Amino acid sequence: MQFPSFKDNPLAAYGATAAIALALLALPFLAGTQGNGWVRIIDFALLYVMLALGLNIVVGYAGLLDLGYVAFYAVGAYLYALLSSPQLAENFEFIRQMFPDGLHNSIWLVVPLGAGLAALFGAMLGAPTLRLRGDYLAIVTLGFGEIVRIFLNNLNAPINITNGPQGITNIDPIEIGGISLGKTQTFFGIEVPSVYLYYYLFLILAILIIIVTIRLQDSRLGRAWMAIREDEIAAKAMGINTRNVKLLAFAMGASFGGVAGAMFASFQGFVSPESFTLMESVVIVSMVVLGGMGHAPGVILGAILLYAIPEVLRYVAKPAQLAIFGQELVAPEALRMLLFGLSMVVIMLYRPAGLWPARQHGNSVVPAEKASNEATPAATGAGQP
Amino acid sequence: MSAIPTGMSASMATTSPDTPLLLVQGAEKRFGGLQALSDVGISIERGQIYGLIGPNGAGKTTFFNVITGLYTPDAGRFELNGKPYSPTAVHEVAKAGIARTFQNIRLFAEMTVLENVMVGRHIRTHAGAWAAMLRLSAQRREEAEIRERAMQLLDYVGIARYAPFQSRTLSYGDQRRLEIARALATEPSLLALDEPAAGMNATEKLALRELLESISRDGKTILLIEHDVKLVMGLCDRVTVLDYGKVIAQGLPDDVKRDKAVIEAYLGASNE
Repeated sequence: MQFPSFKDNPLAAYGATAAIALALLALPFLAGTQGNGWVRIIDFALLYVMLALGLNIVVGYAGLLDLGYVAFYAVGAYLYALLSSPQLAENFEFIRQMFPDGLHNSIWLVVPLGAGLAALFGAMLGAPTLRLRGDYLAIVTLGFGEIVRIFLNNLNAPINITNGPQGITNIDPIEIGGISLGKTQTFFGIEVPSVYLYYYLFLILAILIIIVTIRLQDSRLGRAWMAIREDEIAAKAMGINTRNVKLLAFAMGASFGGVAGAMFASFQGFVSPESFTLMESVVIVSMVVLGGMGHAPGVILGAILLYAIPEVLRYVAKPAQLAIFGQELVAPEALRMLLFGLSMVVIMLYRPAGLWPARQHGNSVVPAEKASNEATPAATGAGQP
Repeated sequence: MSAIPTGMSASMATTSPDTPLLLVQGAEKRFGGLQALSDVGISIERGQIYGLIGPNGAGKTTFFNVITGLYTPDAGRFELNGKPYSPTAVHEVAKAGIARTFQNIRLFAEMTVLENVMVGRHIRTHAGAWAAMLRLSAQRREEAEIRERAMQLLDYVGIARYAPFQSRTLSYGDQRRLEIARALATEPSLLALDEPAAGMNATEKLALRELLESISRDGKTILLIEHDVKLVMGLCDRVTVLDYGKVIAQGLPDDVKRDKAVIEAYLGASNE
C-alpha cells in the first residue's frame, strides 16, 4: 500500500495517516448519532475484515480454495463461550466444585488459546488435503466446515458440552485491565457505550492483522505461498517444502479466524451453531474474491462492501420500495441475496481479478528497450565483454 | 563477465576433485508395462557441460525427472558430490544441490521477475513466520540480501531491467533466462536444464549458448538435455545418447557423432 507520491513526500504521508487515524477514532461517534445500530454494523464489518484477511492467506496467497473457513470462526467462538460462561459449570459436577460461579477466564488466556486451537484445526484440515487442489479441495473443506457445525449442533447428548442448537448464553463480555467492554464506560467525562468500546478493540485487532498479513506477503514465507499458488511443481523444484508451507498457510489463516470467533462470542454474548453455516463461508470467500485475491487492501474493501451493503439495504429497502411502488414487493432479505448474486456475476464478468487487485506490472507497458532487445537478443547475452 | 553471484554459504565442493559430481548407476524406471529406463548410468565431472541426447521418447526427460526426484526410481545408485542422495522428494534434491529448469517453462507467472528469482533463494535462507511478522532485524537483513542477490543474478543473465514486471510478460527467450537465473539462485552444484533451446530461433539459441558457456566458465557444472544435436555437439564436453531407455553411446561429442548405433537411432538402420 505505498503510493509513489507519498514516498517522495513524507510530510504528506504522515498527514494522511493522521487524518485517517482521526477519522477512524471519530467514526463511532459520527455513526452513533444515527443510533448505536450503525456502530454495531461497523463492529461486525471489522470482524469480517479480520475473517477475510485470514482466509486471504489460504485462498489469496497460497491459492488453496477453502470453503470451510467458518469452522475456525466457530472453534474460536465456542472456545471463548465455553471458557467464559457458566455453561461448563452447569453441566459438569467437578467444574462446578472448582468454579462455583462458572468459568470466567481472562482474555489474555482465552484469545491466544482460541488462536492456537483454531490453528490446530487448520492443520488438521490441511494434513489430509495436501494432495488436493481446486475443486477437490473445495469439496473436502466444505465438508469439514459442515462437520464442525453438525458436531456443535449435536454435542448436547449424551453429555452436554455445547448445549446443541440452543447455543451458549451468558458469555462474559471482554474485560481489559478491569474495564468491562460490556457496559457504558466514562472516560474524562465522555460516555462511551459498549459498542464503541468493542469498535476500538476490533479496530486494533484488525490493524494488527493487516500489519501481519502485509508483512507476511513480502517475506520468504509469503513468496513461498505464492510460488505454490502459481506452480506447485516448480515451487518444489526450488526446494520449497510444500507440505510444511501449505500446513502453515492453513494454520495461520485459521488462527485469525479463531481470534475473530472469540471476539464474536464476547460481543454477542451468545453463540449457536446457526451462526456458522456454509453460507457464512461462502460470503467470506466472496469477500476475498470480490475484493481482489491476495491483495490486502482489496480484501478489506471486499469485506466492508459485502457486509455493509446488505446491512444498509435492510434499513433502506423497505422505505424505498414503499416510496417508489407504494408497497413492499421484495423482502429485504430476498433482495439482499439477489443483489449479492448479481454483484458477483457482474464483478466476475467485468473485473475478474477483483475490485482492487494487486499491482499489475508490465500489463500495458512494453519498455522501449524491450523492442530493441528482441531485435538483437545477443546483445543482452551474458558473457559479452 | 563477473563470476556467478553466490550466497554466503557458497556450495563449493569439499570432496576430492576426482570423485564425479554426479554419479548415477543402474537407474531403472518402469511405467506399468513400459520399461522407460533400463540400467542407465552417467558420471558427470565437475565443471563439465554434460549433454544428454536421444530421439523423441528415448527417456531423456524421464531420466531427468528421476535424478531430480520428480519420479521415484525403481532401482539405481545416486551420488552427488560423493554422497549418496535419494531422489524421492523434489525439494530435498534441490537442497542437496541440483537445480533444474523445465522443458515447458514453469515460471511463477503472476509474480514479478525479481520475485521469481527471490523464491530461488528460499532454501538458502531461513527467516520463518515469526521473524516475518515481527520484522526482526535479522529478517530485514536477510530480505535485503535476498533482493540484492536476486538482482545480481538477473543482471548476470541479462534481464535486470525487467525486474519489476510480471514474469509472464517476458519474451520467450527471456523467460528461459529467468528460469536459469531462478535455478542459479538456489546455489546448485549441478544446473540441470531440460531442453532450454526448445522453440528458440537461431539468434536466441546463439545467445543461450553464450550464456551457458559463461555459466560454465564461472565454474558451474551443467547437465543439458537437448533435441538440437548441433547445439549439444558444439557445447558439451561429454555426451550420453539414450534410445528406448537404454544408453547406446557415451563419450566425447566427436566420437558419439560417428557412433553407428547413434546414427541408426537418429536416421534408422540402412538395411531395414
